[in-house]
Order: sequence, then structure tokens, then C-alpha cells
Amino acid sequence: MTSNPTEAASFKTIDAGTLSASAGLSGGLWSDVWKRFQRNPIALAGFYVVCFLVFIALFADFIANDKPYYLEYRGKTYFPILRSYIVDVDLGRWPAELLNVDFKKLQGAKAVFPPIPYRGTGINLLEPLEPPSIRHWFGTDKLGRDVMAGMVHGSRISLSIGFVAVGIAVIIGVILGAIAGYFGSWADLVISRLFEIMLSIPTFFLLITVAALLPPSIFLTMAIIGMTSWVGIARFTRNEFLRIRNQDYVTSAIALGVTDRNVMFRHILPNALAPVIVSVVLGIAGAILVESSLSFLGIGVPAQLVTWGSILREASSTTFAWWLAVFPGFAIFITVLAYYLVGEGLREVLDPRLRGLR
Amino acid sequence: MTAYLAQRLLLTIPTFIGITLIAFLVMRLAPGDPAELRAAGGLGAAAGAGISVEKRGAVDEAMAQWRSQYGLDQPLHVQYGVWLKNLATLSFGESFKDNQPVWNKIAERLPVTLTLNVWSIIVVYLVAIPLGIYSATHPNTFGDRVTTLAAFVLFAVPLVWAATMALVFLCGGDFYYLFPPGGLESLDFSNHWPLWKKIKDHAWHLFLPVVLLSYDGFAGLSRYMRSSMLEVLGQDYVQVARAKGLQEKTVILKHVLRNSLIPQVTILASILPGLIGGSIIIETIFSIPGLGQLGYESVLARDYPTVLALLTVTAVLTLIGILISDVLLSIVDPRIAFGRRLQ
Repeated sequence: MTSNPTEAASFKTIDAGTLSASAGLSGGLWSDVWKRFQRNPIALAGFYVVCFLVFIALFADFIANDKPYYLEYRGKTYFPILRSYIVDVDLGRWPAELLNVDFKKLQGAKAVFPPIPYRGTGINLLEPLEPPSIRHWFGTDKLGRDVMAGMVHGSRISLSIGFVAVGIAVIIGVILGAIAGYFGSWADLVISRLFEIMLSIPTFFLLITVAALLPPSIFLTMAIIGMTSWVGIARFTRNEFLRIRNQDYVTSAIALGVTDRNVMFRHILPNALAPVIVSVVLGIAGAILVESSLSFLGIGVPAQLVTWGSILREASSTTFAWWLAVFPGFAIFITVLAYYLVGEGLREVLDPRLRGLR
Repeated sequence: MTAYLAQRLLLTIPTFIGITLIAFLVMRLAPGDPAELRAAGGLGAAAGAGISVEKRGAVDEAMAQWRSQYGLDQPLHVQYGVWLKNLATLSFGESFKDNQPVWNKIAERLPVTLTLNVWSIIVVYLVAIPLGIYSATHPNTFGDRVTTLAAFVLFAVPLVWAATMALVFLCGGDFYYLFPPGGLESLDFSNHWPLWKKIKDHAWHLFLPVVLLSYDGFAGLSRYMRSSMLEVLGQDYVQVARAKGLQEKTVILKHVLRNSLIPQVTILASILPGLIGGSIIIETIFSIPGLGQLGYESVLARDYPTVLALLTVTAVLTLIGILISDVLLSIVDPRIAFGRRLQ
């Protein structure tokens, strides 16, 4: 019997009703999760580090920029950083006297610069490989680019790599895992072969192969990382689906004639989500690690782009420039650690098997 | 049991075909023509600077000839068939780069990577198993938490960072010169050296790469060991052993340890792909002539036959590893063959 639209609709309303009712009573699963998550100080510290990184990435232009926030020049006031956004989206232009000027050398101008008055990609061949100083807190690289500015802007790449790559991995992993776990038998057999293939192929090698064959592009790299890292999420999802599929409420949903797709994604998935979320957070850390290795090897990331891994790459050839190794590497380490801590904290809160153990 | 083994073996066949198919398609469908690259390498910048029409024709002709020599002008499925047939006889063709048989290149470098990885597997187990035993026998104590956290923090250290830091601070440069910056033996290495000196020299060169390859394995294995041991500790027979008055030490070392070690041996296969990835980074940084370095160089040079061979060889080795560990596990633990659904 195919699903009857009115029946499905009424089922939906019941579903939504019970959901909101339970949310009203207990404050909902997620606020409960958040409450218990907060009790773990280490995981909470990790969460704050991630928030800090998101802040840096969002406001990178206001933290490290060679344009001033505020400029008084020839009797007029400007807000050059804000203006650069307007110019970028083609809503305005630079005034003629500010077009392609070096804001630091404007005669008789009053300007307020960001704390790091450099751009990540601002080449200055007069100051190559400067050790850390008051002018350049984290030193400069071979082309005289400020390392700290490069790291501030590089945080955007690290952050977006995590989200884009894992986003792709989640879509592939959840769909394949759901199909394998829900339908079982043949579908499970075939999809499990896929898992085995992906587990046998040395993923990192496959990754550098594909990334090196395609034109260097940060988005392609993110996509490839996503396409090679879904196995963990898929296995998690499959196992959860396998477990939940045999529960009575699923059987009754099927008996009511709810379509397979609705049973899978509307009824099972929300209950399978908790363990999957843990693997997603851990996956973000993994993707950041992989990206840093790729830019370290100089594969997949355009040469002019400054990423944390690409600064490290320079350190391996100019070994006296210790600042090129210490700072960006530490940034990767802290980011990855923060995600791991959040993931572990979530695991402890979400995993029912761990509940009551401590 | 036999039925399980037969089923398990049969299921390996589609996986094998899948692996070879993926490796093959990735290499052939990617943009970038090896013939073009070869021509560009041979003619240098002349091609880019704009050469005359006749010369261009000559280049095209050479490229066409070269394509047919390597079978690159055949349809894809024919190429795949030929390659698969050759695979059965371990002939992976010749490298595009230097016309050496690919298998020779791999065989030449395999011992180096094997040495590196076998040592790091040994280090991982030697460190992680005792850590796991300690954590399991002192669960939720301060010591358990500290070791778990330490292993965890190490796990988050990016390999590229650790390696670069070691290179900058420990291998000459402006800081300490405790270890060599690369290679497998000293420049003045000679076969006339006494044995201990040779061993010392190799150990000195291998120390950093092995440590770097192993540190991130501590967390996974020690936690795995911890949970598997805790599981065994909770079983009735352990209580019986304690009840009959055995010393705690005997209970742990004789009764618990053996049973909780079994799964640890079998996860070896799943460590392999990670180690291969690590080898690529470590061998490139420390210029160690192993499979990882070969892989990296071949990828950059678009040396299709070599990359394809490496992908396949490592994947098939891992597949065999997984198969062996599954079979071993089912022999050791008959419940698996009896009840468990195949994954």
C-alpha cells in the first residue's frame, strides 16, 4: 500500500505535537545536552576555543588589514575597511585619491589601523624572513608577508575546510549509512563492500593523487577531502539505523504506511543523530589535519594562498626561521585539539552507553 | 565455520575489483595528459613560448606515438582489462618517468618503508598496550585521566608540525644537532664499518622518523586496550579467578591480559592505511627513499603506472590484512562465525 497523503499529514502533526510537548516539559534534548556539556570544563574550554576561532575568521579583515578603520585625509573622513566590502560587492568605488594607495604613506592623514596593520598576502620584499619583533609579532616569511596576518586570514580556510568537507562527508555518509542500515540484506552487503574499499585504499594517498591531478583550488580540495572521509560517519549511521530499525515505533510507522524515505529521515534519523554528531565533530578535526598536510606538501592549494600548512611548508625549507614552524603549527594543533575535546565532551554527554558509567 | 570463511573470501572479490576500478578510473579520468606533460618536460619552455607549426606537428606526432606505445589511445575498458591482466602477473608496466619497470622501483623501496613501519608499529604497541593496561587497572583515577589526556593531546599534534619542529630544532639548523636532517645513513657510511657502528648509524637516522610515525597511534590503541580490558575484567570468570584466591597480579597478567590482547592484534590491519599516509609525509620531509617518497614524486610527475601500482599494492595489502585479521578473529572467537551478520 502506498502512503495515503492525509494519513501521512495527520501523522506529521502528531509527531510535531509530541515533539513540542516534550520540548516544553524537559527543556528539550539539546538544552539538556548543553547543560551537561557545560559540566565538563575541558570540553567547554575546547568549545570556547572554537568560538574564538570563528570570531577571528569572521572578523579577519578587521583584525589584520593594511587599510585603516578610520581615515581623515584632505579634510574628508573615510572608513576604508568597510569601503573595501562595498567595492568588493560592486556597490561603490574607491575615491580617486585613495585608489591603489598605500594607506600608511598618505601625507598628513589621520588614520586608525587594525591591531595587525598588514594583509596576509601583502608582499614586502624589503623585510624577508624577519624574526618576531614589535613590528611583526610572529615574524615574516620569505616574501616579507606578515605571519600573524597570514594566520588570521588562514583561519578562514581552516574553518571552512572543516565545515565544507565534513558537510559533504555527512551527506554521503548519512545517506549510504541510512540505506545500508534500513534496508539491510543486499543494500547492506553492497554498501559494506564500499566501506571495505574505502578502508583499504590508503585515503591520504588517493587524496594527494586526485588533488594533484586537478587544478589547484581550495574548494576542490575541500570537496575531495569530503568525498574520501565519509566512511566513519556512514558506519556510525548504519549501526544506529540497524539498531533503531527493529524498534516498535519504526515497525508501527511502517505499518501505518509511511514511505521508506519518511521513516528513514523523519523517524529514525533524529534518534540516530546523537552518535553521528560526535563523528561529525571529530571529522572536522580530521579534515583540518588533512588540509594542513596537503598545503604542507604543496598539493591542491593555490600557491599564492596563505594557509597555516603553507607557512609550515616554508619552515621546512628555511630551517633557521623557527617562527614559521612554531606559530602556524601551534594554531593547527590548538584548533584540532579544541574540536577533539568538544567531540569527546559530546560523546560523553550523548552516548547512552556511557551514561551512568561515571 | 567453513561457510563463514567461504562467504568472507567471496566477498573480498568485489572489494578487490572495486579497489582496482577506483584506482584506475581516478588516474585515467583526471584532467592532465601524461603525454602532454612528457612533451612539455622534453621541450621545456619552447612549447609555451610558441614554436613553429612544423615543430608543433613533430611534437604531436611524437606524443601520438608515445600514447600508442603505452596504450593510452585505447578505449578505457580495454586499458583497464590490459592493466588487470598484467596485475595478475605483478607487471605494472614501465614508469613514464624513467622507463624502469614499476615493480622494480617498488621492490627497491619496499624494504625501507617496511622497516620504518614495522618499527613504528612495534613502538606503538610497546607504549600503548602498557598504557592501556595501566588505565584499565586504575580506572577513573588521576593517573588514568592524565595518561588518557596526554595520549589524546599527542593525537591532536599535526604530523607535519611535529616533523617540521623536529627538523628546525633538533636537526642542525640554528639549534641542536641531535639527529640527522634526512636520509637513512651517514654520508661517510661504508660497508667496512664494524657491525655495531652500522647499527648505531641506522638507529640514529631512524629514530626521529619512527617516533614521529608512531606518536599519534598511542591514543587509539591505548583506549582500545583499556576498554577491551575493562570488558574482560567485568566477566564472571575473572571474579572466579579472584574468588579462588589468585593474586591480583596473576589474575591480570594470566587471565585478563590474554583475552583482551586478541582484538588488539587484529586492529593492526586498520592501522596500515594511516601509516602509509604518514610515510608519505615523513619520507618526503626527511628525504627517505621509501614508497611514500616514491608515491609523492610520482604523483607530482603524473607517472600514472607507478601511482596506480602503489595505490593498488597498498590497498590490496591492506585488504589482505583485514581478511587475515577477520579470519584469525573468527578462529580465536568462534562466536563471530556462528552468529554475527557480515558487516
